[in-house]
Amino acid sequence: MSKISSGTTTATGLVQTSDTTGNLELQTNNGTTAVTFDTNQNASFAGDVSINNGNYLSSQPTFRNLIINGDMKIAQRGTSATGLTSSGYFTCDRWRFLAANVGTWTQTQDTDVPSGQGFTSSLKMQCTTANASLTAGSNGSIITRFEGQMLQHLKKGTSNAESITMSFWVKSNKTGTYIITLYDGDNNRIIAKSYTIDTADTWEKKTITFAGDTTGAFDNDNASSLHVYMWLMAGTDYTSGTLQTTWHGQASANWAVGQVNLADSTSNYINITGVQLEVGSTATPFEHRPYDVELARCQRYYFYLDDQGGVTNQVINAGFMYDTTRGRFFVTFPTTMRTNPTIVSTNITSSIEFNLNGTGVFAPSAVLPFGASVSVNGVLLQGTADSGTGSAGESRYVRIAESGAKIEFDAEL
Amino acid sequence: MIETVKNMKDANGTLTGYLINGTMSVPLDESNTDYQAVQEWVAEGNTPADE
Repeated sequence: MSKISSGTTTATGLVQTSDTTGNLELQTNNGTTAVTFDTNQNASFAGDVSINNGNYLSSQPTFRNLIINGDMKIAQRGTSATGLTSSGYFTCDRWRFLAANVGTWTQTQDTDVPSGQGFTSSLKMQCTTANASLTAGSNGSIITRFEGQMLQHLKKGTSNAESITMSFWVKSNKTGTYIITLYDGDNNRIIAKSYTIDTADTWEKKTITFAGDTTGAFDNDNASSLHVYMWLMAGTDYTSGTLQTTWHGQASANWAVGQVNLADSTSNYINITGVQLEVGSTATPFEHRPYDVELARCQRYYFYLDDQGGVTNQVINAGFMYDTTRGRFFVTFPTTMRTNPTIVSTNITSSIEFNLNGTGVFAPSAVLPFGASVSVNGVLLQGTADSGTGSAGESRYVRIAESGAKIEFDAEL
Repeated sequence: MIETVKNMKDANGTLTGYLINGTMSVPLDESNTDYQAVQEWVAEGNTPADE
């Protein structure tokens, strides 16, 4: 028997037909092939395929991870930053080191990753100057922030508020209790949970579920609404209360109760990767998004123009001479930025050129936005002469002629 | 950390942004966190300098 067909009458029932193909066919309407299993165990469907009433999975199949750059593979600002004593974005995009009186640290985009998980990078914090006696206000954490408009499906502040689950891989020489705190900046509320690093110098996967919050909706805008704190150390200002394990109006003393002091030795380090935050109470496998997709998502918050590691004469865009000593060029951002960005230009002198067929070079000493031209999509930059001149109205191509020049566009939260 | 802030103005003298520490050009955008930092700096009693 190689064919099973549904009959069209109650009398026929199932019809079985034999042949010598070795295939197995499931038929409808007394002879119309619906599914064929061939001798190599491949299945082909004659019609459309629907699983779970059209839902591929019971939860969101793609972009279910709310975290951007959870696998730490994007590090536009650099792969290493040393001597860190204060807060800022240093290596892995979207991850901010928050630091106050916690010693000195080196942050790297590290290649140490849990084996067999498909990761290539982790974020590493290495203590280089210890602080074994934290002050009351000492605090150190790795945080990421979310726009409120990215979180509306959490239905926070309603009776249908969703639970969310955070999972991640972590490795440290220092075992003990660590704290994750979620902070709702729109409503000044927090929830915090602890996890334990059980074994030194060993990658461990942790999963924490946070209940939905029926109080306080996230603003539906581009401003910062949810902050995720992965604590590394905290003074008594943040540890002297009771850990706030349910959503509640924030009190500083309840943020990080029980947190170990990772700053108490220069031997201390922590590696983190595979961070996922998703709707529901179950941690699904990490969502590995393509590099280009993740880069574009990061570029909504930060991107830069430079010599791309020493490749000189890279053309930025077309420009023109406004007059004899001022040139202008437009920069179109690779993606719509979160908000009008701050622009930082460094080492411009002798690096950026307004070039006219190689016969005339106008080199600015700095570039700044022209007037109020900056938007979320681009900016008209103006350079004032350091050397060379031009004639008003001349078209020029603008290039980075020597290494060192960098123009950064920052719309981070 | 903010050390200096200068007003950036167009040819008509209209304020178009701030220049922080001589390198950071900050737009007049309330959603920009550097703009928010300038407003906090001003609230502390500081005044941006004219270019």
